[in-house]
Amino acid sequence: MGEALSLKQVDAERQRAVVAALRAFLPERAVLWQEEDTRPYECDGLTAYRHVPMVVALPETEEQVGRLLKTCHAMGVPVVPRGAGTGLSGGALPLGDGVLLSMAKFMRVVRLDPVARIAVVQPGVRNAAISDVVATFGLYYAPDPSSQIACSIGGNVAENSGGVHCLKYGLTVHNVLKVRGFTVEGEPVTFGSEAPDAPGYDLLALVIGSEGLLAVTTEITVKLLPKPQTARVIMASFDNVEKAGHAVAEVIAAGILPAGLEMMDKPATRAVEEFVHAGYDLEAAAILLCESDGTPEEVEEEIERTKALLGRAGATRMSVSRDEAERLRFWSGRKAAFPAMGRISPDYYCMDGTIPRKRLGEVLGFIAGMEKKYGLRCPNVFHAGDGNLHPLILFDANNPDELRRTEQFAAEVLEKCVEVGGTITGEHGVGVEKIDQMCVQFGRDELEVFHAVKRAFDPKGLLNPGKAVPTLARCAEHGRMRVRGGKLPHPELPRF
Amino acid sequence: MDAAVSAIAGTIREAAAAKRPLRLRGGGTKDFYGGEPSGEVLDTRPCAGIVNYEPSELVITARCGTPLAELESVLAGKGQMLAFEPPHFGAGATLGGCVAAGLSGPRRAAAGALRDFVLGARIVDGRGRLLAFGGQVMKNVAGYDISRLLAGSLGTLGLIVDVSLKVLPRPQAELTLAFEMPEQRAIETMNRWAGMPLPVSATAWNDGTLSVRLSGAQSALRAAAANLGGERVDPAQAERFWSGIREQTDSYFAADAPLWRLSLPPATPPLSLPAVPLIEWNGALRWLKTGVDPAAVRAAAAQADGHATLFRGRDKSAGAFAPLAPVLARLHRELKAAFDPSGILNRGRLYAEI
Repeated sequence: MGEALSLKQVDAERQRAVVAALRAFLPERAVLWQEEDTRPYECDGLTAYRHVPMVVALPETEEQVGRLLKTCHAMGVPVVPRGAGTGLSGGALPLGDGVLLSMAKFMRVVRLDPVARIAVVQPGVRNAAISDVVATFGLYYAPDPSSQIACSIGGNVAENSGGVHCLKYGLTVHNVLKVRGFTVEGEPVTFGSEAPDAPGYDLLALVIGSEGLLAVTTEITVKLLPKPQTARVIMASFDNVEKAGHAVAEVIAAGILPAGLEMMDKPATRAVEEFVHAGYDLEAAAILLCESDGTPEEVEEEIERTKALLGRAGATRMSVSRDEAERLRFWSGRKAAFPAMGRISPDYYCMDGTIPRKRLGEVLGFIAGMEKKYGLRCPNVFHAGDGNLHPLILFDANNPDELRRTEQFAAEVLEKCVEVGGTITGEHGVGVEKIDQMCVQFGRDELEVFHAVKRAFDPKGLLNPGKAVPTLARCAEHGRMRVRGGKLPHPELPRF
Repeated sequence: MDAAVSAIAGTIREAAAAKRPLRLRGGGTKDFYGGEPSGEVLDTRPCAGIVNYEPSELVITARCGTPLAELESVLAGKGQMLAFEPPHFGAGATLGGCVAAGLSGPRRAAAGALRDFVLGARIVDGRGRLLAFGGQVMKNVAGYDISRLLAGSLGTLGLIVDVSLKVLPRPQAELTLAFEMPEQRAIETMNRWAGMPLPVSATAWNDGTLSVRLSGAQSALRAAAANLGGERVDPAQAERFWSGIREQTDSYFAADAPLWRLSLPPATPPLSLPAVPLIEWNGALRWLKTGVDPAAVRAAAAQADGHATLFRGRDKSAGAFAPLAPVLARLHRELKAAFDPSGILNRGRLYAEI
């Protein structure tokens, strides 16, 4: 049941037929098929998986998207939608017998309504660009994934992207009002509304985070929030990671909802300090960044209460940002955590599990054990407010054995996240990367329901097939695979 | 599976085999909502109780039959709340019915809707299978977001066995201000203030008065109240007022005419319908007591890019909910078939064909 990932090589005859059909309504520049043109699209942000697509299409109008889908559907050609290509789970991995549908030309801000506090944008608009264009009205778009200067809002909708302010301001699903697009058959469809709700099932909630498997998005209406008057951040050191975790629980139990709440362990702190010189405490076992925002009065009061709680919970050092420049400096290390890893290791592999916060000590202890087991280093950065962990395994992709150990390391950690009551992915999506761990998180019946939902939207299984939800056959194989161990699973997948 | 859940699954399996319709029902406080209920009653109340509550994780998991009042009082005991302020509409309201109806109260425009707080759920689907979706953590993008889809599905996709909700700290203080102003100016004012960094947690306009509730730190309320002006409402009276709006015990709702719920883009100017609305959510929710032709109400809402629900009324022949575009109607039928292939669960409660 469901579609398996097909990574066939390009069939030249089929390619000619599809190119000809698309050229009937797309200009020459919008249809790429020669390998030198299609090769740049072979992967997204998960570069370990690459495959050259049969055809890349770059439509420029909604009408063209509709016709493209109609044409591909009639010809039985799979379609893989792609935004800015920054995704970390391989959701935009192309198919050798498919069309890669790039939404890169959909770059327009269609309408701003500061009174109703909405922005209507095309899917190729960058996340950070939305906040930039509405800043003059004192408004902003809240979700801020760390890739926000590059990632597009269409990709955010597909992945239900988060960021560092989710605890207080929510994910993409909480900040998008309406999505317009097409079904796989090329039929126009609108989910949600500029009103607070729409009649019937909440299909908007279903489509957001569906990793491009249910519909293609061509226009998005986002909710804008008034920019808080001020924000200040406390930087606190702890001599023990578990103590830092308890401190977070104390702050939240006291009724404080920090705007941002992030943690880094010592190896992560050392790596980023070398890179950004933010003034982090290099002796601390964990650094906690805790931000308050709101009116000046409110922030003052909350910072004092939080400081008292953190002090009682055992913080060994605390400093509070005195101005905006210092606030940004405190944050700079956390925001640069991923590139900083690039300086101390040829490659890094970012995990994305979420756990109930109270299990933090146990899970970090487990990760430390895995570092020894696999002989690989793994600094940790952590969205402490919402339990989303980003352990970063450092490895060298040129060493095939290190890549193999990295993938096994990651798989064990994700399975641990499920075991403690969490999830394999908090905000990066399943894509192709975590498809086997889906078999650990969900049972056969739930996976069957996911496939049934997919069929309700896409009976022929042509929209981004083989991603996000594993086939039942693959899960059966995965169960055996884990017993067998040692060998790299699925030799049909290209690995680098 | 324990006894209560097994009993539910068994009943649904048997009903599916016999193609016998079931009417899922908790306290029955929302029997009036949606299409005419039909079928044999499956009482969810034996499946009750709080499964897990961790105040410092901001998550509560409870079974469908748990009385909503009990759940809210347990949360209040730890200084927390359901931030979407769901209406109970009666003493017997249960958590399952609350999520299935998907309704939110006055704080919705500031804090989010019920669906925004759903983190996970277990359901028994129309085949009698116990299924688990989502979880107890805030960030979770593994698999389609089925648990959020259940919010407002009126029991047509499955029986919600238990549900995990994000909870929030109660505000330190609240304060309500009242302003005399006509409808048009109230709509403009609410939207202007919503675009400013103010601690507004609820708004309502009724009978020439705009009421604005502020929630948060004392210092923030003092500063905002000084900034906005208006007349301070006595706290006990304010409490009664917001409860009257949330539970529809306010005198506005007492008239005999059908009650319409209009969901609109918030800045929509006053509608040209022969009835004066009660307005909430910065203008996005407008209640109308009117016997005017349903087609006229629906047309006015649709023209403003919104939709109208016949919330309470004896004659629901025009359908309780606004009709769907053909492509959405098809997706609704397909999803219903995926979860409930025999079509036995709360048939007709949302739309006649599902």
